[in-house]
Amino acid sequence: MIHTRRLARDFTIKKQTVHAVRGIDLDIEAGSLVAFLGPNGAGKSTTLRMLTTLLPPTSGSAVVAGHDVATDPAAVRARIGYVGQGSSAGENFRAGDELVTQGLAYGLRRADARRRAQEVMDLLDLVPFATRKPGTLSGGQRRRLDIALGLIHRPGLLFLDEPTTGLDPTGRAEVWQHILRLRADFGTTLFFTTHYLAEADTMAERVIIIDGGRIIADGTAAKLKGELAGDRITITVDDAVAARTVADRMGAEVISAEPVADDHLVQVRVAHADRALPDYLRALDAAGAKVTSAETARPTLDDVFLTLTGRALDDPA
Amino acid sequence: MILRDTATVFTREITPSLREPVSLLFEMGQPLFFLFIFGSLLPGGGDWQWFVPGILVMMCLMGPLGSGYHLLVELMSGSMERLTVTPLNRTALLAGRALKESSVLLAQAVLIVVLAVPLGFELHPLGILAGLALLVVLGLGLSSLSFVLAIKSAPSGTLFYVVSQLLIFPMLLLSGVLLPLDSGPAWLRAVGAANPLAHIVSAERALFAGSFQNLSILYGAAGATVFAIIGLVLGNRAMRRGLSGR
Repeated sequence: MIHTRRLARDFTIKKQTVHAVRGIDLDIEAGSLVAFLGPNGAGKSTTLRMLTTLLPPTSGSAVVAGHDVATDPAAVRARIGYVGQGSSAGENFRAGDELVTQGLAYGLRRADARRRAQEVMDLLDLVPFATRKPGTLSGGQRRRLDIALGLIHRPGLLFLDEPTTGLDPTGRAEVWQHILRLRADFGTTLFFTTHYLAEADTMAERVIIIDGGRIIADGTAAKLKGELAGDRITITVDDAVAARTVADRMGAEVISAEPVADDHLVQVRVAHADRALPDYLRALDAAGAKVTSAETARPTLDDVFLTLTGRALDDPA
Repeated sequence: MILRDTATVFTREITPSLREPVSLLFEMGQPLFFLFIFGSLLPGGGDWQWFVPGILVMMCLMGPLGSGYHLLVELMSGSMERLTVTPLNRTALLAGRALKESSVLLAQAVLIVVLAVPLGFELHPLGILAGLALLVVLGLGLSSLSFVLAIKSAPSGTLFYVVSQLLIFPMLLLSGVLLPLDSGPAWLRAVGAANPLAHIVSAERALFAGSFQNLSILYGAAGATVFAIIGLVLGNRAMRRGLSGR
């Protein structure tokens, strides 16, 4: 559905060339549900804008829904749906009117556009709001309208740029319920970006992380967390130096061991905390170190990013 | 394809006005104010034949020249981005909007003329038709230029506000819309002679007086056509180069 080869985009800002996207290769199969993550300025939006024909690439190629974005953008546009970060419906226009306009924009005849507008309003529970303007809708309702606009032509591939940003937990759950139903009912390929890492973690089958214009991780959330971050064991101990030495001696299972906060707190990253913790505590006991507390935590995608770059994903880097 | 898409964009833009025609009256507040208040204050009780055509050109500066504002809002909010991801023809995105502005302008111009009749404004049917046609051409040009300015100003919009604010009032005064430039000092008359809008205003005055044998009509028609061509070419280019938006 999406195939890019060394896709790159430069910008000239104040006579300096900025490499926003530095040659990325992506292969996304039809029917996938992919989360695209990265800190601000990582090249996330630029990539999305290239894939949706809003921005021509500087070099490299991107074939989206079977057509090249550079040589045949019109064919790509006809086959993809796009829900941008902003509000898709114009403030001066009624929701129903905008949906009909959108259908006409995709080449439907007026009668078909009307019927389709009705269908997507049914699908997204928007029927009561047909004659309302976007300004009078709640955040969740507006977002559903944005998604409805993206679906009017039944695209096989839907891009969603931060579909749930700014919504409360109820609104987020509601939007996701509709997105997942789309996928179940129509097999739509979904490519979304998000701020909420937990959302990427639970919703996406595949997580792609971009940083500095390059893809730095690509896989299922479980695989990325298992391979790149590992579980975390945090212990309180009287002798932090001894605790680290013992951890280092445990071999391959330990990814890293570092003191945190003060001299008595040590954080150890391991592949599987449930198995490593008993061994570790016994080894500490044998070494004469006195442990007063121990806890384990499962990794998050933020841990993955931290391991890869040394920075937190939500840091405005 | 382009005609169909232009019709789609035009229909989208005009629908809110058709649903709430009263809004067109509100948008006309300033020209109506000038017509009834300023016009009545003119020495000699108001020469309507001279004053009304000027008001019509003034509406072009207020409406079409300010129309980029709506585009700017849509560029900033994301609704324009949504439309640019559809297969809509890029030229149609601009042409449909410009046509809507011109249609609204035409409706408002007819209303002003009708309202001026009881004040003593004489109707010369052929002249009115030609005058309105000239006005529509000017409206197309000015609205396209306004769109270009809006696209160049996005996403901050500052440039748009600065330029349109700096432009509108001097253009009004220097085109002789409200007061004749003839009575001004030599330098002011020179500026007026170099201002294509001043010629368009003179042309409108000649046409609405029913006189077709006036050299100013030629200059005015040429001026409006040049505005339209420059506006549409630049606008089309800006649309095709891609909108930066947010």
